[in-house]
Amino acid sequence: MKQLLATTASVLAGLTISLNVLAAGSGVHLDAANTDINDQKSLQNGAKLFMNYCSGCHSISFMRYNRIGKDLNMSDAEVKKDLMFNAEKIGAPIVSSMSEEGAVRWFGATPPDLSLVSRSKGTDWIYTYLRSFHEDKARPFGVNNKVLVNASMPDVLWNLKQAKSPEAFDQDVRDITNFLDYVGEPAKLVRVDLGFKVLGFLLILFVFAYLMKKEYWKDVKYGKWRAKD
Amino acid sequence: MDNNKNWIDQRFPLTKVWNEHLAEYYTPRNFNFWYFFGSLAILVLVMQIVTGIFLTMHFKPDELSAFASVEYIMRDVNWGWLIRYMHSTGASAFFVVIYLHMYRGLLYGSYKAPRELIWILGMVLYIALMAEAFMGYVLPWGQMSYWGAQVIISLFGSVPVIGPDLLIWILGDYAVGDPALNRFFSLHVIALPLILVVLVFLHIVALHTVGSNNPDGIEIKKNKDKNGIPKDGIPFHPYYSVKDIVGVVVFLMIFSAVVFFAPAMNGYFLEHANFIQANPAATPEHIAPLWYLTPFYSILRAIPTMFDSQFPGVVAMFAALLILLALPWLDRSKVKSIRYRSYPYKIALVVFVVSFIVLGWLGMQPVTYRNAILAQIFTATYFGFFILMPWFTSIGETKPVPERITE
Repeated sequence: MKQLLATTASVLAGLTISLNVLAAGSGVHLDAANTDINDQKSLQNGAKLFMNYCSGCHSISFMRYNRIGKDLNMSDAEVKKDLMFNAEKIGAPIVSSMSEEGAVRWFGATPPDLSLVSRSKGTDWIYTYLRSFHEDKARPFGVNNKVLVNASMPDVLWNLKQAKSPEAFDQDVRDITNFLDYVGEPAKLVRVDLGFKVLGFLLILFVFAYLMKKEYWKDVKYGKWRAKD
Repeated sequence: MDNNKNWIDQRFPLTKVWNEHLAEYYTPRNFNFWYFFGSLAILVLVMQIVTGIFLTMHFKPDELSAFASVEYIMRDVNWGWLIRYMHSTGASAFFVVIYLHMYRGLLYGSYKAPRELIWILGMVLYIALMAEAFMGYVLPWGQMSYWGAQVIISLFGSVPVIGPDLLIWILGDYAVGDPALNRFFSLHVIALPLILVVLVFLHIVALHTVGSNNPDGIEIKKNKDKNGIPKDGIPFHPYYSVKDIVGVVVFLMIFSAVVFFAPAMNGYFLEHANFIQANPAATPEHIAPLWYLTPFYSILRAIPTMFDSQFPGVVAMFAALLILLALPWLDRSKVKSIRYRSYPYKIALVVFVVSFIVLGWLGMQPVTYRNAILAQIFTATYFGFFILMPWFTSIGETKPVPERITE
């Protein structure tokens, strides 16, 4: 038993350490996003910011409006007022209204769907990317990005950056990142809590299973299955 | 109740089967930690089949909708995320369990006479499981699904003479695409699971014919009491069934911790790039198979191309798998268990385990000069373990094997 736990612990530890090496990838230093998916206020703010600043170009087509409402404790009326700008039905997927033709003409490429960006790139990447725009006259929109060099996206949060203190701006970006983390895996809101319940149940089951085994194996130690020579 | 039993027993050997395989199947009394993994492998197989049935209800094997249908399962299907995570974690868990199960065989010489057939059936199972896992990984149609399939399937194209035709025959197209996705789905959902279940049945029948080995590597059937029951044996049921339940619960705790707290395992169980839909126009900068296939992927890459062909590497990769089948005949030692083996064998086993793990790690890394040299060294030691086995198992001093099982 001890041996088993020790083996498992060391395997898990090894896997976790080597992950960070993989995530680094491009070599650019990424700031820690420090998002908290249980922070409903942050998620709600992130949702509003995303719908205002991002959803004009980027779809999150695997996500539905009313699912956000349900998960983030917003009524249908609130969702319609704060989040729905170009859809009729509350159960519709969140798709940008920009035409593909227009996108290619304006940006050179269709802006990617962001449903799973938190899972393919990670939250630290999103958080750092959105805060890494800098002036570059050579680029079409006059800005470039340190994380994704020559990104075709303009600095859409520029207004926000001007209007707020650096701390408040970082918090807004963190909220958008947090929202995208949730969008990448809505089940994340419930799975950790459920995990503790399942483990609690298994722990109790373990006690009974172990006692049952011990009781039966008394036969082997002292009883009828003790070999008599 | 008894009447019912008679009615069935006259028509089907229910009581006989129950007794032969459970209640009167005598098992060595000294099984340790390493003996949990056989029953755990069956548990994982059943779990994969059951979760797979539910996933199949919602998955669409179509190159345009496969990726979205997996996300539909993750979001819109009730408990779909849990079923999907159980299935994806189950795949990795299956290999963890199987590798530990196979290592047990190496530790205690469970492949040696009279258990050669059990070992061979097990190895065929392992190879079938790799095929099953590979094809399952293609189905979500992410970037790694697509490019992993492209890399692995293109290996068949390196076969001399028939290669190019073979490749088209396998893919049903000139590249990985809709026809490949459809046939991999069919093989993953029907053909290979059937083969796996039949092989597991045969594996267990063969085991129950000769009886289980044990950590002492001695035959309990040599010492029977006057009723013909092995003195060191205990009935599988209830003693090992209740013991295995404890193993199952501990396993489920670790399994659940992964499913609920780290289902992607930071890219080891679900790769980051696989959350981007397959795009034949954009090759990912780094393509690596999932961790359980990487030792063999390393061996493939370690062999340099010869005469402009990757074929030698492909041969080496398959040889690395098939050589395991010869193990029962390569091992010349008189003793089975590591407890009584000679030092040369113990050292060789350590070298082999290190080689396998390092090759697995290298298979996930990009090829650099250093990595290529390391892969070649450990490919040599991997094969060395088998090729030199007849020699190092016949030298050195083994310890005397006891007559009866030790406590």
